Amino acid sequence: MSRRTLVAVTVIAAAIAFIVAATIYKRSAEEQAAAAARSAVLIRPHSPVFGPQDAPVTIVEFFDPACGTCRQFYPIVKQIERENPKAVRVVLRYVTFHQGSDQVVRILEAARLQGKLEPVLEAVLAAQPQWSSHGGGAPNIGNAWRAAASVGLDVTRARRDALTPEITAVLNQDAADVESAGVTQTPTFFVNGRPLPSFGVNQLFALVNEEVAKASGG
Amino acid sequence: MSAQQNNNNTAPSNQTERIWQMLFLAWLIALASTLGVLFIGEIMGQEPCVLCWYQRAFMFPLTVVLAVACYLSDSAVWRYALPLAVFGWAIAAYHTLLVAGIVSEGLVPCGQGTSCTSADMTIFGFVPIPLLSVLAFSAIIILLLLARKGSRP
Repeated sequence: MSRRTLVAVTVIAAAIAFIVAATIYKRSAEEQAAAAARSAVLIRPHSPVFGPQDAPVTIVEFFDPACGTCRQFYPIVKQIERENPKAVRVVLRYVTFHQGSDQVVRILEAARLQGKLEPVLEAVLAAQPQWSSHGGGAPNIGNAWRAAASVGLDVTRARRDALTPEITAVLNQDAADVESAGVTQTPTFFVNGRPLPSFGVNQLFALVNEEVAKASGG
Repeated sequence: MSAQQNNNNTAPSNQTERIWQMLFLAWLIALASTLGVLFIGEIMGQEPCVLCWYQRAFMFPLTVVLAVACYLSDSAVWRYALPLAVFGWAIAAYHTLLVAGIVSEGLVPCGQGTSCTSADMTIFGFVPIPLLSVLAFSAIIILLLLARKGSRP
């Protein structure tokens, strides 16, 4: 074999070896993630649920209120709920990867006590650019409170409720489940316990449709 | 000397054949290191710290430069490859001392992402990556020095 051929063959062999190793590694990592999700508790009694309680298809969304992609996914998840009013429910799990996220989760949980979770969630997400630290600098949680107040939250009461041990327990439990489910990015979706094959809007639609078809005897 | 090297049509003497083997081996080490760190960083998702990036900045070009040199049988490449390997070695050595706790951090501020002194910068659970980096750069330096010695008239 000439030197030039040897160099060329080595390059090709190295590239193939890399791709094969990457494929094997990714597959086993995905299996591990799926196994972790199976053994983890994805739904807790305290978790907020949107949609009918007895829906056959459950979307669990690990959700960070300060995450821009979670904000973009909100209308998409709402659309899935609208299209499947009887078949799909959405369970929200809190993730606090961003600075200030925990304080905003406290606002949401305090709003839930007043029966105002959905309007406050929407207002806080709409105002996310004003309070999150995406542009650099510290998050401005005051702006999140103002957004919540603008849709009728009793802020005096909510500020008191936000610091109760019950809400702290929700934060702690969700953080522990984030860890055990192997959630490292937000949003992370599980549809009837199944993770998305890869991240994306179309993958979420496809998995939901598949589970809905299964549930309706398809 | 360059006329002799670039003349691929004549049968290579034992001497030039040995020089080429050194370069080829050095290139294989650089290639394995490059693909190895890309695997750890991109596939396994272990984020490189600042010092790892500096070492990458010297290892990646070595892979390309040595590949071209092997392809063209150009033993003069040691002039370009050796400085790269020496700078990379210096950073790797500093990084290893940092991880071992022999020098203290603070001289090079590390970014927010990954700490350069983190103990989990290992592969197979116990081999520290900075040490592997020192070994790879050392081997490349030795091979290039041997190639230099052989290629000098």
